Amino acid sequence: MRRAVGALIRKDLRLELRSRESVPAMVLFSLSTFVLFHFALDEAEVSGGLASGILWVTLLFAAILGINRLFVAEREEGGFDGFLLAPVDRTSLFVAKATVLFCFLAAVEVFVVAAFAILLLGPSPWPGLPSLVLVLGLADVGIAVIGTLVAALAVQTRARDLLVPLLALPLSVPLVIAGARACEPLLAADGAGALEARWLGVLGLYDLVFGLLAYAIFDFLLEE
Amino acid sequence: MRAIELADVGRAYGERVALTGVTLAVEEGETLAVFGSNGAGKTTLLRILATLLRPHRGVARVLGRELPKEGWAVRGQVGFLGHEPLLYRDLTARENLRFHARLHDVAFTRVDELLEAVGLQSRADDPVHTYSRGMVQRTAVCRAVLHEPALLLLDEPLAGLDPGAAGLVAPLIGGGTRVLISHDVEHGLAEADLVLGLKGGRMAFCERDVSEADVRALFT
Repeated sequence: MRRAVGALIRKDLRLELRSRESVPAMVLFSLSTFVLFHFALDEAEVSGGLASGILWVTLLFAAILGINRLFVAEREEGGFDGFLLAPVDRTSLFVAKATVLFCFLAAVEVFVVAAFAILLLGPSPWPGLPSLVLVLGLADVGIAVIGTLVAALAVQTRARDLLVPLLALPLSVPLVIAGARACEPLLAADGAGALEARWLGVLGLYDLVFGLLAYAIFDFLLEE
Repeated sequence: MRAIELADVGRAYGERVALTGVTLAVEEGETLAVFGSNGAGKTTLLRILATLLRPHRGVARVLGRELPKEGWAVRGQVGFLGHEPLLYRDLTARENLRFHARLHDVAFTRVDELLEAVGLQSRADDPVHTYSRGMVQRTAVCRAVLHEPALLLLDEPLAGLDPGAAGLVAPLIGGGTRVLISHDVEHGLAEADLVLGLKGGRMAFCERDVSEADVRALFT
């Protein structure tokens, strides 16, 4: 399985480096959203719960763009058939795609969090940065798992562009709640507060439950 | 051992029956040539044999394994060359073949051998989207035979190839157990040990001695 996962990850990262279709689009979308929030809220700076909410909603919608494109090469260039003909565990496709999506989200967040700090965020992000990275990492695992599952389901249908947000957004609600609540004290106006362990627990539990669920059912999603 | 055994195999897409009542047996080392007009069910049959489609009725055994139950054991032993090349357009031929080599646990030296054999060594590091139709087909043939499969499933393998390129590719797909879909009646019959004629998803004939006129009648 490790061999197949490695081959799939390498192939997807190489395709993204060459085509630059997903990550730049996700970054540009996020930057545009920050500009829109800036004008819509009519506030020069945000902090606390509002800042956390803006960051998470933006990241989630940007993730939808990446999820929508996750299986495009497989669908349009026969990648599914090529993979299904190989003597490998089908779950390796899930593990590889979830890892690739996680990498895309992490790459996007490097730019997006920096842009958020410059364009909208009032307080300095530095004191709370290690905790913020931890929360983003845990949430990214959940988004990657759910996103891969939803993308694999949607890619088999004609209404795939509609299905992805319709399925992924409701399923991500617990992630956004936990992520936003966890980040709220980190982005507080009067300096970064302590991270609440219970929200990290919620994120970890979500990752574990949906990770196991996706691992169990992904094989069936590939059945024609 | 029989390489392929089909008994009353059928497949539908929703209400539309694409294939029905196909019964045949292909021995190891034989070539089954499949003829039929567009929509006769040839591609559906090929995809069932490749484990990419489930038969909806009948019993299908490939390389001694029953499909779809034991499809896992057949994958990796089948080389499939369909309408689509199954290549990533933004990757080079070498990268595509190395990707499949990793999936099939094949040494990269085999990739270089094949690229050399089909005359693509000098363009092997160019992206596939810059290739001509014939070059894409040559790369697709390399992909299909990369893991030296026990059974080759070929849908118009020489499509888009000039005589020179067809001559390079022919040794790679010649010999062994094969299912060959062809619209070139003369060439198909010359290659065949057994001939299957399909018309409207049904078996028109499945015989060892078939005349060119019988095959041409399928297209009228």
